[in-house]
Amino acid sequence: MAPVEESALPPTELPVTIIQPAKGLISINFKEFWEYRELLYFLIWRDVKVRYKQTTLGAAWAIIQPFMTMVVFTIFFGKLGKIPSDGIPYPIFAYCALLPWQLFAKALGDSSNSLVANQNLITKVYFPRLIIPATAVLSGLVDFAIAFVVLLGMMVYYGIFPDLRVLTLPAFIVMAIATALAVGLWLSALNVKYRDVRHTTPFLVQLWLFASPIAYPSSLVPEPWRVFLGLNPMAGVVEGFRWALLGKDVDLGPMMIVSWIMVALLLITGLIYFRRMEKTFADVV
Amino acid sequence: MSNFAIRLENLGKQYKIGARQERYYTLRDSIAQGFGRLFRRHPQDNQPEDHIWALKDVSLEIKHGEVVGIIGRNGAGKTTLLKILSRITEPTTGRAEIHGRIGSLLEVGTGFHPELTGRENIYLNAAILGMKRAEIDRKFDEIVAFAEVEKFLDTPVKRYSSGMYVRLAFAVAAHLDPEILLVDEVLAVGDAAFQKKCLGKMSDVAQEGRTVLFVSHNMGAVRDLCSIVNFFDQGALLKTGYPTDIISYYLNFNELGQSQSLISVDEKDFKLLDIIINQDGTNNNILSTQRPFKIYILYKLKNRINNLLLGFDIYSNDGQHIFRTYDLEAIGLADRDPGVYVSECSFPANIFQNTSYFAELIVGVHRARWISKKQLRLKLTFEGPRSTDVDYLGMIKPIAVWSVKKKDGCITNLLFGRFPGTNL
Repeated sequence: MAPVEESALPPTELPVTIIQPAKGLISINFKEFWEYRELLYFLIWRDVKVRYKQTTLGAAWAIIQPFMTMVVFTIFFGKLGKIPSDGIPYPIFAYCALLPWQLFAKALGDSSNSLVANQNLITKVYFPRLIIPATAVLSGLVDFAIAFVVLLGMMVYYGIFPDLRVLTLPAFIVMAIATALAVGLWLSALNVKYRDVRHTTPFLVQLWLFASPIAYPSSLVPEPWRVFLGLNPMAGVVEGFRWALLGKDVDLGPMMIVSWIMVALLLITGLIYFRRMEKTFADVV
Repeated sequence: MSNFAIRLENLGKQYKIGARQERYYTLRDSIAQGFGRLFRRHPQDNQPEDHIWALKDVSLEIKHGEVVGIIGRNGAGKTTLLKILSRITEPTTGRAEIHGRIGSLLEVGTGFHPELTGRENIYLNAAILGMKRAEIDRKFDEIVAFAEVEKFLDTPVKRYSSGMYVRLAFAVAAHLDPEILLVDEVLAVGDAAFQKKCLGKMSDVAQEGRTVLFVSHNMGAVRDLCSIVNFFDQGALLKTGYPTDIISYYLNFNELGQSQSLISVDEKDFKLLDIIINQDGTNNNILSTQRPFKIYILYKLKNRINNLLLGFDIYSNDGQHIFRTYDLEAIGLADRDPGVYVSECSFPANIFQNTSYFAELIVGVHRARWISKKQLRLKLTFEGPRSTDVDYLGMIKPIAVWSVKKKDGCITNLLFGRFPGTNL
C-alpha cells in the first residue's frame, strides 16, 4: 500500500476507473450492461409510453397493422392466389407468421435508426451504447403481446388448440428478438457513419418480408433447397411459430438448425462490429 | 489507496476536422476514398492537417474534495476534457485514472421527453444521469420542491414554460451525488433568481467535500466556487493556480495592447482589419474617465450579409459581465453589401470607474451563427481624479443628474401637492 497523505476526505473504498485508448479486440462488458439494466427499463418504458401519445386509436394500432395485413394476404394470396397453407386455415396461417414478423420488422426499423435518434443522449451521457438498440428491439414486445391476444382469439375461433409444443414458443420469440437485435446492431452502427442506411432499411424490410415464408409455407420450396431457406433466420422463426402454435406437421429439422446458426453468427459479428464502432459514436454521430 | 480523485497523464484527443464539420459521410464517399487510397502512392498523402488536437498532453492531478474551475476560450478543450472523463468519447493518447463514481452534467435535461409529464421526466432523466430507482424515489420530493413545479407534476413538459423546464431539469441534476461531479456551463440557464439558487446548490455541493470540475465562462461563479483554477488554451493546460490569479491572467491573456497585432478574425464572410481606441484624437487604451472616447472597428465584408451583429461585451476586471452593445443602434438589422466598413462606437464621459475593463468583440449573424465571440479582448484602463474623498462603489460610475433645493412647508405637500386630482 502506498503511503497516504493527509487529505480533506478520508480515503474510502472507491471504484477506480481507468480511461485510455482501447487497443486490439475489445470484449463486451456484459457485467456493465447488467449494472445499467434500470436505464434499459426506463428507456423501454419511455418508448412504450410515448409511442401512442396523441393518437386516437392508441394501442389498437398494435392490432390493426398485423390484422389488416392478414386480411389483405388472405384475399390476394389465400383466396385469389390459391397459395397452399399446409392444411391450416389461411387467415390464421398468415396471422401466426405476421405476428413475429411485425415484431422483427418494427424492431429492425427502430433499432437501425436508434443511435442517430438518440444522439442527444450519446453525446452527453455515458452508458453502454448497446442499451440503445436493445431498447428499440425490446420495446416492440409490448405491441407483440397485444397482437398476440388476437391470435389466441383466432385460435379459439378456428378451434385450434396447441399441444405441448407450445412450450417451445419462447425460444422462437427469443430467436425473433435475437435476429432483430443482430441486424439492428449492424445497421445502427453503420447508420452513425453512413446515413445511406436510413434509406436502405425500409427497402430491406420489404424484400425480407417476401423472402420469408409468411404469405406462403416453406413446404412450397422443393426439398433439397428448403435447407437454404433457413439461411434467412426469419424463416426459422416463422415456421417455428406455426409449428409451436398451430401444430403444423412438417419436418423443420435441418432448416431450423441452419437458422439458429445464422442467428448466432449475425449476433456475434453484430456485437463485435458494434463494440468496435462504439467508441467513435459520440464523435461521428 | 490514493488521495487524488482524478489523475491525468498526457491526455490527448485528436479530431478529424471533417468528422466534426460535415455531419456525416455517405457510403459513396467512403468507397471513393478507399479507391483513392488504393491508387495513392505516398503515405504522407494522409494529411495530418486534416486532424486537430482538441486536447493535447494534459497532465493534471485533482485531489479529493477540490472544486476545480476550468476556464479558457471557446475551443480550448474544456468540454473535450469533460467528455473524456465522463467516458462519452475516448482519448487518442494518454491515460486518466479516476477514483470514485463520476456524475457528469454536460447539459441539463438530457433525455427529457416533451410528451412525458414532469413526474415521468424526473424518473427518466435521473436514470439517464445514473441514479438508481430507489435513490430517485427517496429524493423525489426534494427534487420537486427545488424545481417549484408541484402543481404541474402531471402535465407534459411540452406545456411547461421554458423557465419551469430548466428548473426541473436542473433540480434533477442537482440531486445527483456521486463523489466526483463534472459540470459544464449548465448554470448559465434560467432566470437570475434561479441561477442564484443553482449557484447556492453548487456551493453546498462543494462544501460537502465532493470533488467538482466546473467549466464556465462566468468568472464570477468560478471565483466564488472554486478553490483552484486551470486555464486551457488551444487544447493545452497553460496555467494552474488560485482563482483570482488565474482569472486575471486569463482576462489579460488575449487583451490587445495598442501596438500588438490583432488576433485574426477572418472567415468566409468577414475579415477584421483593425480596432482603434481613440480619446481626444490619440490612439490609446489608457483613457480618462472624464472625457468621451471612441472605439473604431474596421472590417471587410466579403459577401453580402444580412442581420450582421457587431459590438462589444463589456466586462469588469474580475470577469463580471456589465453590458453589451451592438452597432445595430445605428443601422438596425439591415443588409450590408460587400466592402470595407468602419463601425464607430462612442462612449460618453463619466461611465466607467477608475479601474480597468475588458471589451470583448462580438460579431455574429442574428439567429444564425457567431463569427467571433470570446476571441478578441481589448483592455480599457481608466484613469481619473477623485473629486472628493468619497468612495463610489460599484462596477460603473455614471454621473446622474441631481438637484438639491431647500423648500419650506409640510413634507407631504412638497411631495404630492402638485399631483392633479388630489386636494393635497
